[in-house]
Amino acid sequence: MLKFTDDHEWLEIDGDIATVGITAHATEQLGDLVFVELPEAGAVFAQGDVAATLESVKAASDVYAPLAGEIIKSNDDIVNDPSIVNSDPTGTGWFFKMKLLDPAEADDLMDEDAYNEMVA
Amino acid sequence: MTDPTPDTEVLKTPLHALHLELGARMTPFAGYDMPLQYAPGILKEHLHTRARAGLFDVSHMGQVILRPKSGTLADAAMALERLVPVDVLGLPVGRQRYALFTDEAGGILDDLMITNRGDHLFLVVNAACKDADEAHMRAHLSDVCEIERLDGRALVALQGPQAGAVLASLAPESAAMRFMDVRNLTLAGADCIVSRSGYSGEDGFEISVPNDQAEKLARALIAHETVEPIGLGARDSLRLEAGLCLYGNDLDTTTTPVEASLTWAIQKTRRTSGARAGGFPGAKRILGELINGASRYRVGLRPDGRAPIRGGTELFAGEGDTDPIGVVTSGAFGPSLDAPMAMGYVPSAQAATGTRLFAEVRGRRLPLRVADMPFVKPNYKRA
Repeated sequence: MLKFTDDHEWLEIDGDIATVGITAHATEQLGDLVFVELPEAGAVFAQGDVAATLESVKAASDVYAPLAGEIIKSNDDIVNDPSIVNSDPTGTGWFFKMKLLDPAEADDLMDEDAYNEMVA
Repeated sequence: MTDPTPDTEVLKTPLHALHLELGARMTPFAGYDMPLQYAPGILKEHLHTRARAGLFDVSHMGQVILRPKSGTLADAAMALERLVPVDVLGLPVGRQRYALFTDEAGGILDDLMITNRGDHLFLVVNAACKDADEAHMRAHLSDVCEIERLDGRALVALQGPQAGAVLASLAPESAAMRFMDVRNLTLAGADCIVSRSGYSGEDGFEISVPNDQAEKLARALIAHETVEPIGLGARDSLRLEAGLCLYGNDLDTTTTPVEASLTWAIQKTRRTSGARAGGFPGAKRILGELINGASRYRVGLRPDGRAPIRGGTELFAGEGDTDPIGVVTSGAFGPSLDAPMAMGYVPSAQAATGTRLFAEVRGRRLPLRVADMPFVKPNYKRA
């Protein structure tokens, strides 16, 4: 199940595990990324907590936990090469996987059509 | 992240329509709607400029002429020396020099370029300061000088290792120009004032062109395969890699030229024991610091890690210290350096190259070191 947030994050949800990243719209706004800081495995976040930080050439941006949960794994590839996020934001540019506290909360998030309408 | 929407009061340069046609993402800067970047993005535009050639619209900057009422240029030069700690009288015809407007406290009002054009002086000043600079000059120089703002002229910068070849294809005589030479050249049919200088650390030219010929010239330059339009985003990362100051960030009325590590711009003639020592605002403080040193200095900074450290970040001597000892005034990621870089002010005791410092970023103390500038080796056409 694919869901989206107001802050331009996408979640690919499989049971109670969500893979989280940022959308192509977000990467276009941010420009070239030069630095990514990701959470450690085991970190616990409430919905809306700052979970990751991005730096483009000119400015910093926060990425928020889209739902409450615990980080299982972060994507080291994008730490080593932030440009992957720009070139493939919805595939190899994923940020982290988290175990959702309450998968049902995902129902309140936008689906792809609603997100596309929001950014149109 | 939202892009600010320009309102009807934001000013436009003569190249505004061209920027939009080229797909620029615009941003307000000093009251003008300017290109921040084009389709390639800041990183690619920066690297392109260092590899080949980039064209920048800097028409928002101020161009001013000082003409001596007496008809003798030396009178205008001597008058301008009332306002800058620089040897203007000794500047040869067809040459340009970096200068600073200082205030009574020894702080800096603006940084600028001064050119000797034979029968007048030609000044280029920062966009954000141009109204204040004009008023400052009128208040102090009107007895000796006619002061004219050249609002009918645009300004573009062509920078990069291919800039020389590109300009020579439009005006072969430009090939003879050396760094800081200034000449009249006809480019794409327009009467231009051209200096071999810039703000990128690369060889290049700054070209003053009449407003109604600016777009034609810009198109003629971009038509060259090696030339790409470049936005203000890359302009900032280029100048920071080159160790060049941005007025308002690295220089302001609280920084003296000595603190700002710009003593090279103050020629011996204007220093104590020089033929025309002092005689500019703040001379007592500045000449004192030239002899005794300043209490703090602008230095280059290199973070140990990959995280950029931005302007406004506080600096600490020890990782656990409570009180900051300095501040970062400009910071970004350097695309050619492939690392973050910054400049800031630290006490003289911490200003030596290699000094270990800490920056507070997102609640953590990140290690960095004082580093020499420029961060990337310049390629000025000196000889």
